[in-house]
Amino acid sequence: MSARLRGTLLPVSLFLALALVPVFAKLGPESFILAIATRLVILALAAMSLDLLIGYGGLVSFGHAAFLGIGAYAVGILSSHGIDDALLQLAAALAGAALFGLLTGLIALRTEGVYFIMITLAFGQMLFFLATSLAAYGGDDGMTLSSRSQILGHDLLRSDAALYGLSLGALLLCYLLCRRLTASRFGRVLSGTRENRTRMEAIGFQPFRFQLVAYVMAGLIAGLAGFLFANQTGFVSPATMSWQRSGDLIFMVVLGGVGTLHGAVAGAAAFLLLEEVLSHWTEHWRILFGPLLVLAVLFARGGIAGLVGGRRG
Amino acid sequence: MSAALRLQGLCKSYGALKVSDGVDLAIEPGEFRAVIGPNGAGKTTLVHQVSGLARHDSGRILLDGRDIGALAMPDRVRLGLARSFQVTSILPGFTVRDNVALAVQARSGSSFRFWRDAAREPELNEPAAELLARFGLAHRAELPAGLLSYGEKRQLELAVALATRPRLLLLDEPLAGTSHAESREVVERLQALRGSLTILLVEHDMEAVFALADRVSVLVYGRVIATGTPDQIRADPEVRAAYLGEEAA
Repeated sequence: MSARLRGTLLPVSLFLALALVPVFAKLGPESFILAIATRLVILALAAMSLDLLIGYGGLVSFGHAAFLGIGAYAVGILSSHGIDDALLQLAAALAGAALFGLLTGLIALRTEGVYFIMITLAFGQMLFFLATSLAAYGGDDGMTLSSRSQILGHDLLRSDAALYGLSLGALLLCYLLCRRLTASRFGRVLSGTRENRTRMEAIGFQPFRFQLVAYVMAGLIAGLAGFLFANQTGFVSPATMSWQRSGDLIFMVVLGGVGTLHGAVAGAAAFLLLEEVLSHWTEHWRILFGPLLVLAVLFARGGIAGLVGGRRG
Repeated sequence: MSAALRLQGLCKSYGALKVSDGVDLAIEPGEFRAVIGPNGAGKTTLVHQVSGLARHDSGRILLDGRDIGALAMPDRVRLGLARSFQVTSILPGFTVRDNVALAVQARSGSSFRFWRDAAREPELNEPAAELLARFGLAHRAELPAGLLSYGEKRQLELAVALATRPRLLLLDEPLAGTSHAESREVVERLQALRGSLTILLVEHDMEAVFALADRVSVLVYGRVIATGTPDQIRADPEVRAAYLGEEAA
């Protein structure tokens, strides 16, 4: 099999499998299966946007869940004021994510390596504690949504299958966009900076601008994921943007294979299935989870995507 | 008379160590100038200051009469300055072609383009292919640059520098670490560039310097102690004492 074919095998089969979920869900406990699958697709979307930063930009953000939280709180806050229109909520989610990305990126991207990790973590925690202090919106406890977002006044997302379809569509669209993006002129500058920043400056690029745009874009996608996340859980709380969640997203990216985009989807799937299976055995499932990541990093450096083959250069 | 590159009283210290101690230098357009000097004379630091990788403490750096001293490295590159590094600096995971194509891209329109596949843009690939052919790397185009031999990496670095279409090329010891055969090849390429652009070459290899340079400046303890044709420099007693003498002894 050619490398190119191998490279498309995993993403095509992943998306095919996800597309067939509603069909097979009918055979079992449908709403339970759809809930897990929707959660999977949404977290995959957030993880994929993080892979854009980690895998292509070399920017290990430890505060990516903040964008998820912004998207979710946009839904929660607006709906608590009676604004349940999906387009308005989505616009607020994206605007909030872009603004937060721009402001924190301007500062965080002046640092590198471990300092970048720590400063993104700090920004994430700032937002987390801001959310816990929002007494009007549930504070620590968060708030329950009265209904899912309305599309042009219709309750189209009330059906679990519709919400799943919307989420999967968003994932597929963002995946295709990111594929183009990473192969474009912009994407090459981003990857080049990851490999050798001084070389990029020495041929006349200003890496900071490219990294900032990538950081805001990744934030926008994660903000979109947050909007979907609130609709899926019907509940918004600070836990949406805890640092553990940011860690989980990094876990998914590494487990799936850094710098492949579809690896993040595979990683999210593996993460959620492991969580589901292990948490049935024991409530201390994370004790088993940790060593698994260690093994994955030691023995499958390219993650799931690397095992299947066709890692893109 | 406007020099392509003029340095006026350039000073830089690292703590108590003066690495540049009032460097004055004027390079004419199209000139091939070499700077030689013993280890620790401040040659590489000089290239760093001119290219913008390091900041000078005082003095002026004039590129075609314009003071570029306050500009960051990418801005200086956009004004027509390019450099190579003493320690090879390439993108090891990119193919040889993409290393050059990316440098072409830096000078060819906006890089804030998000949709089109850059690997299929003829306006990037064609100039890249031309340069690779010139530097004898055409058969390596598809290879990740990290897998090239050391000599080939030095050639690639020159191709990358030229891809930005510079008016002034700074070469920081391009022969460092090359085998005899490899160094002869690099010298040939540099010989071919002579006259097409202004070149400032910092180099240890005397044989190469005297073969290539129109004029040679000698840097000792951060000061230019002599400038002249290769023959004048060979004959200069002060230079012999400060530098060439070391090798004669």
